[in-house]
Amino acid sequence: MDIITGHVTGVNGNLIKVDFEGSVRKNEVGYIIVGDNRLKGEVIRINNGVASMQIYEMSDGIKVGDPVEFTGELMSVELGPGLLTQVFDGLQNPLPKLAEQCGFFLERGVYLDPIPDRDWDFTPKVQVGDTVVAGDTVGTVPEGIFTHQIMVPFTTKGEWKVKSIVGEGSYNVRSTVCVITNDKGEDKELSMVFSQPIKQAVKNYEERLRPDEPMVTKIRCIDAFLPVAKGGTFCVPGPFGAGKTVLQHLEAKNSSADIVIVAACGERAGEVVEVLKEFPELEDPKTGRSLMERTIIICNTSSMPVAAREASCYTAVTLAEYYRQMGLDVLLLADSTSRWAQAMREMSGRLEEIPGEEAFPAYLESTIAAFYERAGKVRLKDGRTASVTIGGTVSPAGGNFEEPVTQATLKVVGAFHGLSRERSDARKYPAIHPMDSWSKYDGVVDRARVEEARSILIRSNEINQMMKVVGEEGTSSEDYIIYQKGELLDAVYLQQNSFDPIDAVCPPERQRVEFDRLYDALTKTYSLEDKKDIRAFFNQLRQEFLDWHGTYFETPEFEAQEKKVTDFYMAKVAD
Amino acid sequence: MQKVYTKIESIVGNVVTVKAEGVRSGDLALVGDSYANVIKLDKDLVSLQVFAGGQGVSTTDPVRFLGRPMMVSFSEHLLGRVFDGAGVPRDNGPALTENMIPIGGPSFNPAKRILPKHMIRTGIPMIDVFNTLVESQKLPIFSISGEPYNQLLSRIALQAEVDVIVLGGMGLKYDDYLQFRDTLEKGGAMSHTVMFIHTAADPTVECTLVPDMSLAVAEQFALEGKKVLVLLTDMTSFADAQKEMAITMEQVPSNRGYPGDLYSCLASRYEKAVDIEGAGSITILGVTTMPGDDVTHPVPDNTGYITEGQYYLKNGHIEPFGSLSRLKQNVNDATRDDHRALMDGMIRIYSQYKESLEKKSMGFLMTEWDEKLLKYGELFESKLMDLSVNIPLEDALDLGWEILAECFEPNETGLKTSLIKERWPKKDALD
Repeated sequence: MDIITGHVTGVNGNLIKVDFEGSVRKNEVGYIIVGDNRLKGEVIRINNGVASMQIYEMSDGIKVGDPVEFTGELMSVELGPGLLTQVFDGLQNPLPKLAEQCGFFLERGVYLDPIPDRDWDFTPKVQVGDTVVAGDTVGTVPEGIFTHQIMVPFTTKGEWKVKSIVGEGSYNVRSTVCVITNDKGEDKELSMVFSQPIKQAVKNYEERLRPDEPMVTKIRCIDAFLPVAKGGTFCVPGPFGAGKTVLQHLEAKNSSADIVIVAACGERAGEVVEVLKEFPELEDPKTGRSLMERTIIICNTSSMPVAAREASCYTAVTLAEYYRQMGLDVLLLADSTSRWAQAMREMSGRLEEIPGEEAFPAYLESTIAAFYERAGKVRLKDGRTASVTIGGTVSPAGGNFEEPVTQATLKVVGAFHGLSRERSDARKYPAIHPMDSWSKYDGVVDRARVEEARSILIRSNEINQMMKVVGEEGTSSEDYIIYQKGELLDAVYLQQNSFDPIDAVCPPERQRVEFDRLYDALTKTYSLEDKKDIRAFFNQLRQEFLDWHGTYFETPEFEAQEKKVTDFYMAKVAD
Repeated sequence: MQKVYTKIESIVGNVVTVKAEGVRSGDLALVGDSYANVIKLDKDLVSLQVFAGGQGVSTTDPVRFLGRPMMVSFSEHLLGRVFDGAGVPRDNGPALTENMIPIGGPSFNPAKRILPKHMIRTGIPMIDVFNTLVESQKLPIFSISGEPYNQLLSRIALQAEVDVIVLGGMGLKYDDYLQFRDTLEKGGAMSHTVMFIHTAADPTVECTLVPDMSLAVAEQFALEGKKVLVLLTDMTSFADAQKEMAITMEQVPSNRGYPGDLYSCLASRYEKAVDIEGAGSITILGVTTMPGDDVTHPVPDNTGYITEGQYYLKNGHIEPFGSLSRLKQNVNDATRDDHRALMDGMIRIYSQYKESLEKKSMGFLMTEWDEKLLKYGELFESKLMDLSVNIPLEDALDLGWEILAECFEPNETGLKTSLIKERWPKKDALD
C-alpha cells in the first residue's frame, strides 16, 4: 500500500492543517516531518479536503509546506509482557528510557518501544488445528507475580485456525510464536506483542456483570459508608489542597486490586516522583513483593503537551482492559479528569466549535460517559471473572461542584467521594464529606445498619446547626446526646489517623468488628444527668475507642480494650 | 537570506498579518524596529504578535523574519543586570548577544526528578519555622493589591540563602521596580541577581515573555549547579496579559474571559521548578494578587491546583492559617528535633488566642487563661509574625520557646514532656 502523504498548510497552536492526496481516516495517526524530527499527531477533523491534526508535541518550528506522512493506523498502544512496573508518558513512551537517551529534558519527536526487548519463557496453550478468535490465549509467559497471557489481537475479525505454534521455550518478545490462518487462506503471524487502538473499548468477553463485590481500600469511611465495587466507577472531586492526590495514592497502595494503573494526567510532576520513589520501597500486602510490581504509571504532567494529556487517559484504560482479559482485577486511578476535559476544551476552541457551558465542548458529557463506561466487571470466555475499576479525581474550578465536568461525571459514576475544604482545614482525614457523598455499591458492612448510622450523623449535624443559633442551653439533653453520637461516629469511624501504622490501614474484618461495636454504642439509650456529664462521657468514650484503634487486630490487647470500651458505655445504659 | 516583506495585510490589537513564505511557527521577526513572533500560520498568511504593541505600526512597515525563535543570552554577565520583557537592557549596560538560548524550552523528564529534601533559609520565621520553603518548590504568595508583597519579595531576595536570584516583574508600577532595584543594590544582593522587568506602561506582549525569559535563564544556571530562586510578581498581571491576547486573537473565552488554556499556561511555567540530580535547583515564588480577595477567582484557583501549597499575605503578615508549604514535612525533621512539635504547638495555641480575641471583642468576661492567650498572641505577632524580623531558624525556635515560657506553665502548652525538659528556658519552672 502506498503511503499517503500531504503537506502543512496552516499552524495554530498544536492544531495543524494538512492538504493531502488519497484517503485519510478520521483519528488516524500521522507524522509531521520537521527537519530530522517526526512529530506524532492525530487527524481529528477533515473539512473541505483539508485534514486538521492535533499534534502531541510543541508546534514551534513547523512551517507551511512541511511534509506529512499518514500511517493509516488509529492511535494505538502496544500490548505485551513487560508493561508492569513501567513509567510511560501519555503516548506510551517509557520515560526512564527516554531519559537515558535524551538526558534531563523531554525531547520532542523521540518515540521509543514501550515493550522491553527481552526474552520470555513461553508456554503454548493451543495446538495446531485449534480454532481461535480475538482475545483467545495462545500461550503464557510469567510476568513477575502474574501469568501473562499471550492473546490473539483484540481487533482480529472472524475465526482463525492455528497453523503453527512454537514449543515451550524462551523466545524474544517480538519473535513469531504462532501463525494463524483463516478460511480465505490469509496467514497472520503473532508475536507476544500487538497493538490496540486506544479509543476503542475491548469487548472480547462473554458478558458484563453487575459490580457486586467490594473493592477494599482499607479506608473505613470508603469501605463501610461509601464503598467502591470491583468493576465500578467512582469520582473524587475536591478543591485544591483537600487531599485528592494523597487519597488516590493511599488507594493505589492499599486496594485489593491485582493491578493498579496510575494515570497522572495534567497534574504536578512532583507527585508522580513521590509514587516513583515510594512504591518500589513498599510491600504489596497481598503478595509481599514490591508494590511497583503490580503498578503501571502513565504520567503526562501539566507541563507536557496538552494533546498527549487527552490520550493518556485512553492509554491507561486500554492497558487496564488488556490485563482484565487475563482474569485480573485492575484499578485505574486517573488524576485529574478535569485536566483531561480542559485538554478537550483547548482543542475544541482551536477547532472553532460552538462552545457549551464554560466553553467546554458540547460532547463533553458523552465523552466522559464513554470513558467511565469502559470500567466493568466481566465474565471472560473461559468463565473467569475480571474487572476494571475506574476512579477519577475532578478539580472543579473554585471548588464549586456545579461546574460541567463534575456534573457530567456524577451522572455516570457509581460512587461520589466529595472532598471538603472545611474537613481538610480541620485536619480531618480523609476529608471526604460523609453526608454529601454517596455510593450505589454494597460495602463490607451491612447496608441497613450503615444507613441507620448515617441517619444519626445527619440528625447530629442538624442539631449542631441549630445549636449555633439557640446555644447549648437551648438544646434538650436527648438532642445533645444525638449530637454527641454523631460527633463520636465521625471521630472514631469516619476519620482515620494516617500517621498511626495500625490505624492508617484498616482491613475489612477489623472494620466489621469496629463497626459492630460502634453501632452497638450508638443505638443504646444512656442515662446521663446534664450536658457536662454527657460531654465527659462521650469524650471518654471517644478516647477509649481511639485507644482501641491503636491496638493490633486479634491480639489480647485488642480484646482487652474492646471489653474496656464495652464496659464503659454499658455502665451508663438506661434500663 | 533575509527577505523583507513590506505589505502588512491587517493590524488588529497587537497582531499583524503579512503574506510570506517559508516561515516557521514560533519564529522571531522584526516589524519596523520592534520584535514580533509568529503565532499562527494559514497558507501564506502569517500572524505575528508585535512585542511593542500594534500602536503606530504602518501597513508599509518592513517585516523581516529572523529564522530563529525567541532567545535570550545566557552567561555570567547577566548577573547584576536589568532587562525588559524582550531582553533589551533596562539599565545603561550593553546589550548581550553571546550564547543565545531559546526560551520556553521542553519539559523536564519526570523520571529524572528527585524528591526535594533541602530547605531554603530565608531568615523570616513565618517561612522558616512555620512554612518551610524547600528547594525546587513552587509556591504562590496569595495577596491583595495594597499588601506589601513586593517588600516581602525583596526581603526574601536579600535574605534567602541561594546562589542566584532571578526576579521577573510583570505589570509592575515603575516605583515598585525602582524600589526593588534600590533595595537589592543597597542590600548587596544585586551582584547575584538578574531582573526581567515589565512595567505597567510597557507593551502587554512583553509581559507574557517575562516568566519564560526568567525561567530559561534560571534553568541554565541550575544546570550549571546553581541554587536558583525565581521570584515572579505579579502572576495575575501575566494571566491578564494572556487574556488580553487571547481575546485579540478571537479565542473562545472560558471563565471570566480567561482563555481555556490558562491552567496549562501557568503550569508550564511553574513546573519549571525542579531539583536536578547532580546539579542545581529552581525554586519559584510567585505573587498572585487575588482580585477582590477572592481565592476562587480563576487565577489563584488554577494556581492553587498547580503549586505545592501557598502563602497568604494579609494585613501585612504571612497568615499562619491557610498558608501551607506542602513539602515542609520533607525537610523539617532534619532541621532540629523540636521543630515540628514546636511549630504545631505554637500554631495550635495561636488559634486558641484567635478564639479568645473574638470572645473579647464580643464583650465576654476574660478568664485567667484568656489573658495568658492574649499576651501570647501579642508576643507571637510582634516577635515572630512581623515581616521585618530577620533571624536564623534556630534562633527563631529558641525565641518560640521563650515566648511560650513567658506566657505559660510547661504543662499548658500541650507539648511532649521530654521536649519541654530539654528546651524549656526557665529551668526552675520544671521542678
